[in-house]
Order: sequence, then structure tokens, then C-alpha cells
Amino acid sequence: MDVFDIIGPIMVGPSSSHTAGACRIGKYARGILSEEPMNAVIKLSGSFKKTYKGHGTDKAIIAGLLGFNEDDERIRDSIEIAKKEGRDFKILEEDIENAHANTTEITMIKASGEKVVIEGASIGGGNILITRINDANVNINGLFDVLVVGHTDIPGMVYKITKVLYDWKININGLSLHREEKLGNAVAIIEVDDKISDKLCEEIRDIENVKYVTLLHSLK
Amino acid sequence: MKWISIKEIINEAEKNNIRISDLVKREQAKELNVSIDEIYKKMKNAYDVMVKSIETGLKEKCELKIEQEDGAKIYKKYVDDGKSIFGTKLGQAVAMALSVAEVNASMGKIVAAPTAGSCGIIPAAIVSIKNIYGISEEKVIDSLFTAAAVGMVISNTMNVAGASGGCQAECGVAQSMAAAAITDMLGGNNNQIANAVAISLKNIEGLVCDPVAGLVECPCIKRNASGVMNAILASDMALAGIVSVIPVDEVIQAVKQVGDIMDDRLKETAMGGLAATETGKRAVDKIGKNK
Repeated sequence: MDVFDIIGPIMVGPSSSHTAGACRIGKYARGILSEEPMNAVIKLSGSFKKTYKGHGTDKAIIAGLLGFNEDDERIRDSIEIAKKEGRDFKILEEDIENAHANTTEITMIKASGEKVVIEGASIGGGNILITRINDANVNINGLFDVLVVGHTDIPGMVYKITKVLYDWKININGLSLHREEKLGNAVAIIEVDDKISDKLCEEIRDIENVKYVTLLHSLK
Repeated sequence: MKWISIKEIINEAEKNNIRISDLVKREQAKELNVSIDEIYKKMKNAYDVMVKSIETGLKEKCELKIEQEDGAKIYKKYVDDGKSIFGTKLGQAVAMALSVAEVNASMGKIVAAPTAGSCGIIPAAIVSIKNIYGISEEKVIDSLFTAAAVGMVISNTMNVAGASGGCQAECGVAQSMAAAAITDMLGGNNNQIANAVAISLKNIEGLVCDPVAGLVECPCIKRNASGVMNAILASDMALAGIVSVIPVDEVIQAVKQVGDIMDDRLKETAMGGLAATETGKRAVDKIGKNK
């Protein structure tokens, strides 16, 4: 518990869960995509679906996709801003089974044609939980820096990746591994306590059979 | 910080012979591994946003979906004209609370304290009392750490959200934090701070969260106004030497229990209370297909 969890966050209203948290999920999705999102289908489920117009949840998620923080007063005008910039963002009202009441699923297509799907929930007070990245069920709360390392599912990859973190004296506090199929695409989600440098990311990127490395900064 | 009782905080502050606000600053700096000065600056930033949100709502148009617009401006004019029952000084507190709550409802920038729905109470309490008594900005910002201590204890006891504890968990907690802050600002001792918190919470214990159409407008905006007055009232009684028969930490437990017992229809689901009235249901249609 932090003083600024209680006197804070500084945010654009009206709701910490339906507006601030929604914006944070959008911003996190942008980070996972790691390029300018020019299109997105934003599925709103549960309470998000029921009350998004009154709470500006759609505006907040789009603002996050544009890279705005939850205290950015441009959130109010995010839909118009996105339109003006030629971005194609669609809102879809559809419940997601067994999801938290405030859940959104964001589907984006990269410039390369690759599809990226992120599911996240706003769990109260502006706190969020990213629950899915593509096929991988994850549990990222945004309180720590996270390394997302895409690689080929072959023996020794986790060793090689974590060896770099060990060399840099980085402490891992959460690690999960997901793969599409044996010897196919795999992704490691690594939550860490310490600051990660670009140089470290480069070192991991240089490992044979690593396809991409994305660093997601904590929301704190 | 893991404080679970006000008593524990007061004991720790008194053992170290420091103020509650100093203890909170010190512990927070330690936890985030930054200087006390940095912690203070961060709180000053929150304070500046609070002040700005008061000004914005009193000056600019706030577009609302169902509530009457310009409530803050209407009330401010009435106060400035010398018509308020509360007088020109205290009447400002009401105008300020309405102002911040309207800014929040219209997607303006506010400080959630402890939540967005209750964001008008603390700013209105501390800024109006600052103006009336000419208290220094530094002292006001310090008092926000006292308020945060109260908020943290409650937050470590129960979930501070209308969806889990009703309005008492949002506006109620904000009032108790505001009562602590202004009692501190006005030179109240630790016992008076504890009593102000206890009295303010007892006064609103049981308040339900029944927002019309699920929006943070009705009754939320006006509840911010009633909240600031209850905070000032509780602080005034505590400063006068009135004590709460039930000690503050037991009151907090009682509020938690009431929240647990409360029917789900009265916890931000818009299924009971004002939300379920005929006018409340019509408001849902007005904003279009329940969105």
C-alpha cells in the first residue's frame, strides 16, 4: 500500500476502473504491439459493455492506444484524434466468457500483417491485469517491468535468456512460458524487480532462435 | 505500508515523538527508496491538481450526461451573493466539492482521493479551511499525509470501492480522510484526529452506492458536497473535545462489516435505490441504450 494509491492516481474522470484502468490497458496493448497501432478492434465485455458510453471507456482505451497516460486531458477527444490521424479503431460490444466484469480484448494487425491480441481487465482503483497475449494466458499487473521474449521452442532457450538476466544481476519475480506447438513459436513472459537496459535487450535479441524482445515498462 | 489500525500509527508516531504526517512521509520514502523531499514534491503535485480541478469546475463548462449542469457555478454565485446559510466562507467548501465532482464526471483531470467518485471531498475540505484560516500551503500538503494514513488503514481493512462496500467505502472514506486532514491543519492532537475520523465515519455508515444509470453523477456529485460538510462537522466536534464512544479502529471494522452485509443491488450495480426509481430508469433510456 502506497500513499499515492490513496491520494491518487491523478487521472481524467469519471471512474478509476472504467476510465483510468481502461486507458492503462490500452497503453499496455500499445507497448506489447511495439509499433504505432493504426487499427484495432476493441471488444468490450461485462460492465465495460454496459456502461462504456457513460464512463468514456471507449475513449480511454483508444487514448491508451494513442500512447496517452490516464491523466491526459486529450482522452476526452481521443476518438476524433484517432480518426484525424487515419487510424481505424472499432468498438465491439461482446461478452467474453468467464472474464472479469471489466474486460476488454484488443486485436491489432501490425504493419507486417501479423495479428496481435491482448486481453486485459480493470480490477479497481485504476489497477489492471493483462490476462492474455495472443494464445498465452498471462497474469501481468503492470507493477513491474516485463520482458516478452518470442523464440523457437527448442531446448535451452530459457537457460540462455535467464543467463543474460543473471549476468546483469537482474532478479526475476515471475516467469511463464507458452508455446503454440512443439518446436513452434514460443513466448517467455519474464517479470523483473530491477531496471532493464536497452543493452540487455540487445543481448537477448542476439541469442540464436530469439525472434523478438519487447520491454514493457511498469505503470508505476 | 501495512498499517492496519489508527492506534498503531499514533503509537508509532508518539514513540518517535513525531507527527503522523512525518511518520508517513518517512516510511513512504523508505519504501520507495527516495528522499522525503521527493515524496513531499509528489504530494505537492497532487495538491496542485486538486486546486486546479476546483478552479476548472468553477470556471469552465462541465458537460454532464444526466445531472443538472453548472451546479457548482449556480451555488458559488448564491454564496458570493451572501445568501448561503453557511455564510460566504464555509459556503465555498460546498461550491468547491461540487466543482471537482463535476470536473470528474465530465472527463476532466482530478486526483482520485481515495476514488474518482469521491474526489471532491478532500480538495474542498483542505482548500476551504486553508482559505478561512490562512494556513500555509506546506501545512496543508503535510495534512494530506495524515489523510493518506487514515486511507491506508481503511484500505488495508476493506476494499475501498462502491462495488464492494457501497458509498460509505468511497465518499465515507474520503470524508474521514478529509476530517483527519483539517483537524491536523487546525492543530488538533492525535486523539482529536482519531475522533474526527471516527465521528465522520459513524455519520455516514451504511451509505449505499446506487448511481443512476451507473454514472458517476447522481447522487455522487451532491454526495461530495454533503461529504465535505460532514468532514468539517466531525472535525469541529473533535476539536471541541467531543469523543467517539466507539474507538476509531472499531468504527472502521463496523463500516467493513456493514459493507459485507450490504445487498449487492446497493453496491454500484445500478439495480437498487435511486438507480431503480422511475426517473432513474428513464435516465438510462435518455443516455441511450444503457451505455
